[in-house]
Amino acid sequence: MSRFIYADHAGTTALSRAALEAMAPYLTERYGNPSSLYRFGQEAKSDLEQARSDVAACIGAKPEELFFTSGGTEADNWALKGVLEWMALKGKPTGHIITSAIEHHAILHTAQHLEKQGYDVTYLPVDELGRVSPAEVEAAIRPDTLLISIMAANNEIGTIQPVAEIGAVARKHKVLFHTDAVQAVGHIPVDVEAWNVDLLSLSAHKFQGPKGVGALYVRKPLRLPPLIHGGGQEKGRRSGTENVAGVVGMAAALKEAAAQLETEGARLSALRDRLIDGLTRLPYSRLTGDPANRLPGTASFVFEGVEGEALLLHLDSRGICASSGSACSSASLDPSHVLLAIGLPHAIAHGSLRLSLGADNTDADVDAILAAVPEVVAYLREMSPVWDAAEQKPTWVVE
Amino acid sequence: MLYSDKVMDHFEHPRNVGSLPDANAVGQVGNPKCGDIMKMYLNIDDNGVITDVKFQTFGCGSAIATSSMATEMIKGKTIQQAMELTNAAVAEALDGLPGYKMHCSVLAEEAIKAALADYYRRRGEEVPENLRLPCDDEEHGCCSCGA
Ligand SMILES: Cc1ncc(COP(=O)(O)O)c(C=O)c1O
Ligand SMILES: [Zn+2]
Repeated sequence: MSRFIYADHAGTTALSRAALEAMAPYLTERYGNPSSLYRFGQEAKSDLEQARSDVAACIGAKPEELFFTSGGTEADNWALKGVLEWMALKGKPTGHIITSAIEHHAILHTAQHLEKQGYDVTYLPVDELGRVSPAEVEAAIRPDTLLISIMAANNEIGTIQPVAEIGAVARKHKVLFHTDAVQAVGHIPVDVEAWNVDLLSLSAHKFQGPKGVGALYVRKPLRLPPLIHGGGQEKGRRSGTENVAGVVGMAAALKEAAAQLETEGARLSALRDRLIDGLTRLPYSRLTGDPANRLPGTASFVFEGVEGEALLLHLDSRGICASSGSACSSASLDPSHVLLAIGLPHAIAHGSLRLSLGADNTDADVDAILAAVPEVVAYLREMSPVWDAAEQKPTWVVE
Repeated sequence: MLYSDKVMDHFEHPRNVGSLPDANAVGQVGNPKCGDIMKMYLNIDDNGVITDVKFQTFGCGSAIATSSMATEMIKGKTIQQAMELTNAAVAEALDGLPGYKMHCSVLAEEAIKAALADYYRRRGEEVPENLRLPCDDEEHGCCSCGA
């Protein structure tokens, strides 16, 4: 049996040992409800607040500006819907939102939902490296613009956005700015002050915390109306008995990630660059995303003449877990909106592969991937009617 | 698991991959835009029996597996029998496909029909009605992608 190589850390990560150990007591003996008045409950409450301070500190926020959620998707939904409801309460029942064409579906589908409710949404294009231009953000601002939401780093191609520049533009025009930092937090330095963001989403399972827990940062004095109503937890802004174990695990994971940001970032970048260097040597293959400003662990490619799902399945049978934005790997039959937005033709976007590295990956893993991927690509091209075996080029390339 | 053991077997060990340099019937369906492209090569003898078949596929796991299974199902069969092969029969022979993947199995049926139609055309004979693909007149020849 071949080894197991997990190279899909942008999809999710394993819980870190620190997180697991931090969580264990809250799943067993420290099960008190933070809302209860007796000491057993109040102890859970104070541990919850300690976790809030720890997470807030890692992104340069104040504890009272951080609200726990069920993950990145809820934080994104709440940011958009909450800001608009708040604006409506202030007498602006409709208006304009600026976002990008490459956001996660948690943002895009929420924005589409808001469009149906009468809001106007601008989906800014990106350049071929997947970058949003701060100048284009500025040019898109209208007198009725209520919110700008641009992700900090892209989940498919790893491009890091010029968030601070966009934040400066938003601040200059006094427009609220949200960033989906789900892929950034725990991987690159994140500072809500330096970035000038008013709202920021994060999710624990992307940095070795548990799944189903995340947070939304909301800059004071902004007061978002709740998305979820009920018993009044989180100062009445997000009801539901707190996921104490999850929150404590998130804080432990993030503290560890933040402490290792530089060393682990450098280690992963070196592994990632070996992947990029090795796999872009294949004919008709290319890196997707920004070669310079990219997430430390994310290497993403397209290989012409092969289809992504077939590539993933063959890698899986060799013990390698990866992901693809190909159409056939999704139910929609369209290649990923991100790959189309960076200008890849459909035919080429089908051949995408994302390898995202994390804590458990080593040089030996990279060696194994560098051996397996070229083999599978060559095999699939061999059986492909769109690959000219004699010329070693796709049939759509004419010279 | 996404796929049945049979699908995975045909995906990992596809039967009849390649081309037939002197095939007397060749058909290709799908286009790069839809993500799946299949090309079928048939050798049909004077008695109308498919003596050999090979395929090339650019596509996902179910596209490759259905191509492989379909070639197995028509090898040694008559044109008449091959004409009657449906994508549902191919999918069933593979112990089923996920619903949204049925689109890929349609291409296998269509690739065979396109090859058989080519056979008639090469002989200067009229192509039987049931070999005409829904979008035969369109240049891209992709019948399942909606494009
Ligand atoms: C950029 C981005 N935003 C949002 C999400 C959703 O986060 P969650 O899985 O915690 O709901 C993800 C993860 O899939 C993501 O990568
Ligand atoms: Zn398919």
